[in-house]
Amino acid sequence: MHELSIATSIVETVLQEMQRRQLPAVETIAVRVGALSGVVPEALEFSFSAIINGTPLAGTRLAIEQVPLQGKCRNCGLDFSVVEFIFACPHCRSGQIEITKGEELEIAYLEVSS
Amino acid sequence: MTEKIAVERKVLSENDKLAAEIRSQLMQRGVVALNFVSSPGSGKTSLLEKTLAALNHELRLGLIAGDVQTENDADRLKRAGGKLVQPIVTGGLCHLDAKMITRVLPEFDLAQLDLLFIENVGNLVCPSSYDLGEDMKVVVLSTTEGDDKPLKYPGMFRRAKVMVINKIDLLGTSDFDLARVKENARRINADLKVFEVSCRTGAGLPAWFDWLRGLVHAPARDLPLTTGA
Ligand SMILES: [Zn+2]
Repeated sequence: MHELSIATSIVETVLQEMQRRQLPAVETIAVRVGALSGVVPEALEFSFSAIINGTPLAGTRLAIEQVPLQGKCRNCGLDFSVVEFIFACPHCRSGQIEITKGEELEIAYLEVSS
Repeated sequence: MTEKIAVERKVLSENDKLAAEIRSQLMQRGVVALNFVSSPGSGKTSLLEKTLAALNHELRLGLIAGDVQTENDADRLKRAGGKLVQPIVTGGLCHLDAKMITRVLPEFDLAQLDLLFIENVGNLVCPSSYDLGEDMKVVVLSTTEGDDKPLKYPGMFRRAKVMVINKIDLLGTSDFDLARVKENARRINADLKVFEVSCRTGAGLPAWFDWLRGLVHAPARDLPLTTGA
């Protein structure tokens, strides 16, 4: 259960952004969570809601976008969806696959009322 | 009206920054760092114990032992002959992070070190997200676990460069299938290097020790770098 640490990092980062941009409140924090990021969205939501009380982020919503795995074959260049964690090229069978999407764990944007 | 403000920041960017600093410090001093990850009970501490005892007289070894509550593992490892054992008690936290490594790294004289082992906390999920500045992750699993473990923890098996299968002396006492576990792991990571060992009988350990010796003697730039999560 490291989602609590992850949620803490999200809150710290957003508080910094709020200060830097002089934002009094944030309605939504949009985060991208890749399929291979090791983060369980439900656990992240739960941890986030548990730690924002009493902070300037109380009432802020966490919007989680789950990013499926995408790979690129280093042998033939094919881009493809990695299904069930099978890292093999469906065209040439090569196992030399670079992950192009699915490792994300990032804050994408904030929504604020203006 | 709502307004969208683009942030585009990695959640663990602070950790990754510290990890990059650790990596560059270690590389400058020619220290090879291995981050050992596993489930509880895989025999990771035993593997480190055997490794320290076998190589301590020919290589300069350091070890950072992460433990959730106690320093038991660190004590065991000190008895195995590791003079430079630095414990980190995470106080319930399920993983080590780069900040913890930064705190204990000054305890080591990096100029006097060949290999730095980092024993991570026993679980295969959380430690996969945190780059510690290591050269590579070594995932330890044992034949008393399910051979579908790589499929259950794809993130870890994808990010590891090496898999050590421990307790091969117990093969045949359960459904664990050695060929299947390797097939499952290579489905996730075709390049995974595999060792089959028994810390109890000593089987397979010489090949593992030789590979570690090779790491120390290889030019640092030839080592595969672990990319941050
Ligand atoms: Zn291909």
